[in-house]
Amino acid sequence: MSIEETENEIVEEFELFTDWMEKYEHIIEIGNSVPKIDEKYKDEAHEIKGCQSKVWLHSELKDGKIIYSADSDAIITKGLVGLVIRVFSDHTPEEIINADINFIDKIGLHEHLSPTRSNGLTAMIKQIKFDALALRTIGN
Amino acid sequence: MDIVAKIVTKELDVETIRKDFPILQTTVHGKALVYFDNAATSQKPLVIINAIEKYYKETNSNVHRGIHYLSNKATNEFEASRKTIAAHLNASHEEIIFTRGTTEAINLVAFSFGEAFVKSGDEIIISHLEHHSNIVPWQMLCERKGAALKVIPITKEGELKMEEFKKLLSDKTKLVAVNHVSNTLGTVNPVEEIIELAHSKNIPVLLDGAQAVPHMKVDVKKLDVDFYSFSGHKLFGPTGIGVLYGKSKWLNQMPPYQGGGEMIKEVTFEKTTYNDAPLRFEAGTPNIEASIVLAKAIDYVNRIGLDVIAKHEHDLLLYTTERLEKIEGLKIIGTAPHKTAVVSFVVEGIHPSDIGILLDKQGIAVRTGHHCTQPLIDFYKIPGTVRASFAFYNTFEEIDIFVKALNKAISMLK
Repeated sequence: MSIEETENEIVEEFELFTDWMEKYEHIIEIGNSVPKIDEKYKDEAHEIKGCQSKVWLHSELKDGKIIYSADSDAIITKGLVGLVIRVFSDHTPEEIINADINFIDKIGLHEHLSPTRSNGLTAMIKQIKFDALALRTIGN
Repeated sequence: MDIVAKIVTKELDVETIRKDFPILQTTVHGKALVYFDNAATSQKPLVIINAIEKYYKETNSNVHRGIHYLSNKATNEFEASRKTIAAHLNASHEEIIFTRGTTEAINLVAFSFGEAFVKSGDEIIISHLEHHSNIVPWQMLCERKGAALKVIPITKEGELKMEEFKKLLSDKTKLVAVNHVSNTLGTVNPVEEIIELAHSKNIPVLLDGAQAVPHMKVDVKKLDVDFYSFSGHKLFGPTGIGVLYGKSKWLNQMPPYQGGGEMIKEVTFEKTTYNDAPLRFEAGTPNIEASIVLAKAIDYVNRIGLDVIAKHEHDLLLYTTERLEKIEGLKIIGTAPHKTAVVSFVVEGIHPSDIGILLDKQGIAVRTGHHCTQPLIDFYKIPGTVRASFAFYNTFEEIDIFVKALNKAISMLK
């Protein structure tokens, strides 16, 4: 599935929910099923600095595609991380670098994109792309 | 019953008061707004909103230098506000400096007092309870002068260890700077005792009163405090205005904080002579509108009565504490016997920001995180707290809504 197709799938999924609490219930569920990061990567080097909650992100190149795993000490943040990983993971560095994602806006979670926002979703997307850039160099 | 006793026992008519605050009638995410973030900033009554508009419609002009009608009107209202503030704190108007807020007031003292009195090897005492605005300016001063910062430790209940404070006071101490009330925990510090102990060694004291002035009567003369600061926006007034009270004996020995218009007596390229306080510390065109309107905010709380406000807020605190203590896994952070209406808490196994997001979606505004008191949060070894902070316009019904919403959030997050 392409990055765009995954985005559309997520948008459709969220259309099922009529109110905010249901949406967040779904995000919490996703948070509970995020691909587990190896405990050894939960260190300073893998930490993305948000204001309130911590996020750890690990990127790995497998057969030319990047596999992301992550964790957070806050479950909603972890759910948001899970959504972003679902979109980007298992794609080539090139695809990830060039992807212009907009599903967060479409599912009404744009408030989490503000740079000063506590969970640092923007910082995370930046890190995902930064890792893709780094891994592209290695891949080449 | 005498007249004073009658005023003291007057009940607060919260429903009528709430009509003064248009924002309290709004809805958030389809739910009636429950605003419990008053320690961050307070909402504004109509008298304040109208006074801001009235200023620009009828008064707007620059102060202190005009010859025309409007300039005199603006200057008179500006100086009248200074007198209202002075009377409210039981100070003299020459001791009231307008600042941008508490932060600027503290920075002003850290710079100007520091320039005049602090040298290498000296010490400044703060406490573990402080907001970053009462930590960083002193760190900057210490770096500039080669002085050292000393910190009064706290108990797990969130109270200052006064025996340790006594030990910290020495010949090297140049100033003690502590908050009157903790913004994160609500602890009311024993400021009378702190001042008495410091003064017994001739050491001046600065109090950060940002969290005290909206909730209690402050008398700087009775306290005998040397510097006292607060912000207008936490006192139901406009943002961008605050106050520094300073004893004249200190202020007139301190060099200016910033240079510019207003703060000078005479300027030549060779030498400039400075005005006396307070104008010495008010360089440039001030926030005239907010300075004038701040007096209206003080009049507003005085019309309601700070005693009546304190009683209602204390009742809200007791009710919230009682209800929250019944929630399994919930721990209140800051359990000093003497507190203002601030309840900080954590729930076992749940990140505070998750609770904050789910409360927001149910229409409830609280603050989560470190509340600009990182050293204090680190002391408790937690990622932050959820903080509900009350004002006199909050109700018991709102607390019921909050507790119900909190239980829902916890059940979703567990």
